[in-house]
Amino acid sequence: MTDTPQTFTFSLNGTPTTVTAPPDLPVLWVLRDLLGVTGPKYGCGVDECRACTCHVDGRAFATCVTPVSAIDGHTITTIEGLAGTVPGAGPDTLHPVQQAWLEHDVPQCGWCQPGQIMMVSALLAQLPDPAAITDADIDKIRNVCRCGTYFRIREAIKRAGELLAEGADS
Amino acid sequence: MPDPTPIGGTNAATPDRPPSEGLRHTLSRRRFLGYVVGSPFLVVATDLMPGSDRLAATSTTVPVPPPAGLPTSPQPADLIDLGDLLILAGLPTANMLSLQITPTGKARFQLPRQENGQGTQTAVAMILADELDMALADVEVTLAPAEPALMFNQLTGSSNAIRSLWDPVRTVAAAARGRLLAAAADLLDEPVSTLTVLNGVVQAPNGATITYGQLSAAAASTTTAPVTATPKDPSQYRLIGTPQPQMANRAIVTGQQRYAVDLPIPGALPTMVRRAPTIKGTLVTFDNADAVGSMPGVVKAVALPFGVAVVAQTFGQVIDAVNAVQATFTPGPVATEDDASIRQQLLAAPVPPFLAPPLLGTTVAHEFDWAMVNHAPMGTNMAVADVRPDSATVWAPLQTPIAALQAIAQAVGLPQDRVTVNVIRGAGSFGRTLFFDAALEAAQISKAAGLPVKLMWHRTNDMRHGRAHPPAHHRIRASYLAGEVLTFEHRVTSVTTDVSAGLGEAITAGLAKTSLGKMGFSQTLFETTITCPYNFGVVTQTLTEVPVDLNTDSWRSVFSYNTRGAEEVVVDQLAAAMGKDPVEFRLAFMQNDRQRAVLEKVADVGNWGSTLPAGWAQGVGFHQEYQSVVACLATLEPDPLAPSGYRVDSAVLAVDVGLAINPRSLEGQMLGGLTDGIGLVLGLGNHLRDGLPIESAWSHFRYPRQGQAPRDVEVIVMPPTADRPGGAGELGVPAAVGAVANAYARATGTVPTSFPVSFAVDWTPPPPGPVETAPLQGLPAPGNLYDY
Repeated sequence: MTDTPQTFTFSLNGTPTTVTAPPDLPVLWVLRDLLGVTGPKYGCGVDECRACTCHVDGRAFATCVTPVSAIDGHTITTIEGLAGTVPGAGPDTLHPVQQAWLEHDVPQCGWCQPGQIMMVSALLAQLPDPAAITDADIDKIRNVCRCGTYFRIREAIKRAGELLAEGADS
Repeated sequence: MPDPTPIGGTNAATPDRPPSEGLRHTLSRRRFLGYVVGSPFLVVATDLMPGSDRLAATSTTVPVPPPAGLPTSPQPADLIDLGDLLILAGLPTANMLSLQITPTGKARFQLPRQENGQGTQTAVAMILADELDMALADVEVTLAPAEPALMFNQLTGSSNAIRSLWDPVRTVAAAARGRLLAAAADLLDEPVSTLTVLNGVVQAPNGATITYGQLSAAAASTTTAPVTATPKDPSQYRLIGTPQPQMANRAIVTGQQRYAVDLPIPGALPTMVRRAPTIKGTLVTFDNADAVGSMPGVVKAVALPFGVAVVAQTFGQVIDAVNAVQATFTPGPVATEDDASIRQQLLAAPVPPFLAPPLLGTTVAHEFDWAMVNHAPMGTNMAVADVRPDSATVWAPLQTPIAALQAIAQAVGLPQDRVTVNVIRGAGSFGRTLFFDAALEAAQISKAAGLPVKLMWHRTNDMRHGRAHPPAHHRIRASYLAGEVLTFEHRVTSVTTDVSAGLGEAITAGLAKTSLGKMGFSQTLFETTITCPYNFGVVTQTLTEVPVDLNTDSWRSVFSYNTRGAEEVVVDQLAAAMGKDPVEFRLAFMQNDRQRAVLEKVADVGNWGSTLPAGWAQGVGFHQEYQSVVACLATLEPDPLAPSGYRVDSAVLAVDVGLAINPRSLEGQMLGGLTDGIGLVLGLGNHLRDGLPIESAWSHFRYPRQGQAPRDVEVIVMPPTADRPGGAGELGVPAAVGAVANAYARATGTVPTSFPVSFAVDWTPPPPGPVETAPLQGLPAPGNLYDY
C-alpha cells in the first residue's frame, strides 16, 4: 500500500466529502473505518462475494479492491444513500429495488443484501427495459448469499424491474 | 410386474405414530403460574413448570401401538428428542423471562436467544402481540445480553428457539394481559368478562376506553407476587399463522442494520490475526514486531497463543500488516493429516457390526463419504471487546452467550459479574456461533493491547481456521424379502463434532432430568436427533466418532444432512431393487399421515413422474425432526457450465411444523435449507492438506450463486396439524440433500459414493499463512454490467 496519506474529495450520498488516506486504501475501508458508513459489508476482500458493492457515478463497483485514489472527484452512493437518488426523495422514500426487497421479504441474516441491492439497482438502471429482465440475465449476478435467498432475490429483481418501468411510465 | 405380496407397512397394517413424542403433554391450555414483578409499571415474569408438572414433562413413557407387519420400534428420538432435552435443561429458569408494558403502551421483551436471520425475533413478537391483543408494531423484541442466572435457558440451537419459548412467552403475555384487564375493570368499573381489547386499547360495553399504556402503572405491583396465567386457545390467535415480514427488513435494505463490527464503540479499532500455517498451531516467535508495529496505521501488534493480532486504524492497513508478520508456530495437532489419512482412520475405526442378513433376504448396501464443510457465514467470525483492568464488555453474535461470558471472565482474569456480554444480531451462523471463538479472542487481544478492539476474521482465516462440519463415512445396509423391508442399518463414522461450551453442558443438564442415563455429548445429540421415518423392520443407526483434532462444530442439522441424506439415497435404491417407484415406496412404508401428506403434496405440485427433457431428472427426499416433517422434490437439468454438470432447475417443498407461527419466514427457512442441500450434494466442501483446509475464498468454496440456484421454488406450508410449533430452521436441509442426490443418481444412472459429487481442485491453493489479497482495480468500464 502506498504509505503517504493524501486528501481525496468525492460526493458521498449527495454530500461533498473529503478524506485523508493512503491512496491505495480500498474504498470499503475508507467508508467503514474512516467515515463510519457501515452499510457496505466485508465478505472476502478479493472481489468475489460482492457484499461491498456500491455505486460510482451510478455504476456498481467492488469497493474492497478499488483504491480511494480512483474515486477522487467521482460520485459515490452506498446503500444508505440509494433511496436519496430517487427523484423527489423524502425521508421515508425507498428505491424501487428496496421496495421490491421488502415486498418479497428477501433478507435473512441481511449481511449480503446491501451489496445485492446495489448490484441490482445499477444493473436495472442500465437496462433499456428493466421490466424485461430475464432469468438468464439474473443468472449472471455473482453476489453470494450464504442464507441461500436466491429465489426471493430473483423474484424481487423482476418486481423491481416492473416498479422501475411503472415509474418511468408515470 | 405386479408384486404378488402386499408391501410391508401399508396404511392399514401400519401403526400410526407421531414423528416424535416427548413433551407433548398438551401443555397448551393449562393454567400457568406467573409473577408480577415489583416495579412502578407492569413487569411480568413466568414460571413455566411449577412442581409436579416438571416431573410429568420428563416422562418418556409413550404408548406405542403393538407391532403389526414389520414396524420399526420407536427410537430414542421418537420418545424424547434433542429439543425436548434442551427445554428440560432450561426449565428451572423459564420464570426469568420477563415482559414490560411501558407507560407509552409498548410491550418490551428481551429475547434470550440469538437472531441470525432465521426469524425468531419476529415470531416471538407475533406470539406476544397475539396473546396481548396488541399491534405487532407496538411489540419490541430485543436480544438479551448474557445472563448467567438463566443457566441453560439462553442457548440457541437445535431449531429449538420457538419450540422452547412457545409456552413461556405465551404465559408471560397472558399474565400481563390478565393484570391489565383487572386494572381496567377497576378503573372502568365493569367486570373483566365484559371488556374487549384491540391493539392495546381496552373497551367497556358503554364505549369507554383505556389504553395499556394508561393501565401499566395501575396493573403494576410494588411487590413481587404470583399470578396465574391462562394463555389463549390457539384457535383464537389472529396473527399467529399469518405471513409477516421480518421486523429487521427495513433496516437491512437501507443499510441501517448494525452487526457487531458496525457498532460505533468508542475507540474500538480494526483488528485481525496472523494465524498458523496449520490449524491449532500455536505461536512460538513473533520475529518482526518492530517492523510491523511501525507500519502505516498500525497501533499495536500483540503476540498471543493463537497468533499475532494487529490493531490498526483501518482494516486495509490491518490486512497489509497481518501479511507482513514474520512468525513461527508449533505444528498443529493434525499437521500431518490430509483428506486421505482421515478417511483411512474413518474406515479403520471399529463400528458395531450389522446384524446378520436374513438367510432368504436380498441385501442393498451402499457406502458414502462426506467432505468437511465450513459454515462460511456471510459475516466472518466477529466481535468487539473493551477489556479494562476492572471490567470487560463484549459485543458479538452468540448462541451460547453464558458460556462465552464464563470463558471470557476466566481468560481475562475478572469475576463474572464484571463482564458484560452483549448479544448482537448475527451475519449468518448455520451453527458457527454456537462457539464464541471471536469473542474470546477479542477479549484476550483487548486485554493484551490495552485497547478496545473490533476483531473481524479475514475470509481466508474463517475458511481455514474457522469451524466446520467434520468429514464422515457412512455404511448403510438394508435387506428385504417378499415386499417387506426386514432390516435397515446405518453405521456413521465421523470425525468428532465439538459440542462443548454451552450446548454440551445443556445436553448434560437435560439428560440428568430423563431416564436416558449418561451418554457422551455427541452420542446424545445423535441419539436424540436421528430416527428412521419408515417401517423398515429392524432399524439400527449408530455413530462412531474418531477423535481427529479438527476445528469442528454443529452445522445446520448437525448429523442429519449427511446421515438422513444418505439414507434417503438408499431408500431410492431399495425402492428400485424392489421394483417400486420412489414416491409410492415411501408412502407405503411411512409411519403416519403427516409424513405421507407432505410427500403427496410435493409429488402432486411438482408433477412427479411427468415427462422431462432428455437428461433431466426428478428426485425426492423426506425428513422429520424437531416435531416437524418436510418433503422436497428437486428437478435437475444438465448444465455444461456447472462443475457437476447439473443445476437444480426447480424445487418444491412441503412442510408441516405442527403450528407455523410465521409461514413467510418458514418458507424462507425452507428456501435456505434447499440452497444448502444443493451445495452439499453438488459442490460444497473443504479439502484438508498438511493440516490446513486449502480453500481460502468463495471461488474455492463453492456455495451456490444465483446461476446455480433454482429458477423456480415453491414452498407449501401445510395447514396446522398441532396446537404448538415444531422446529424449522434446520429442517429443510436433509430433505433437500436427499432430493438433489436422488435426482443426480437418476440423471446420471449412478449412485454417488462421495459428497459433494464435484470436488476437484481445479485451482492453485494459496500458500498457508498469509490472507488472500487481490490486485487493486480501476473504475468499472461503462457498459460492463456484471463484471465490475
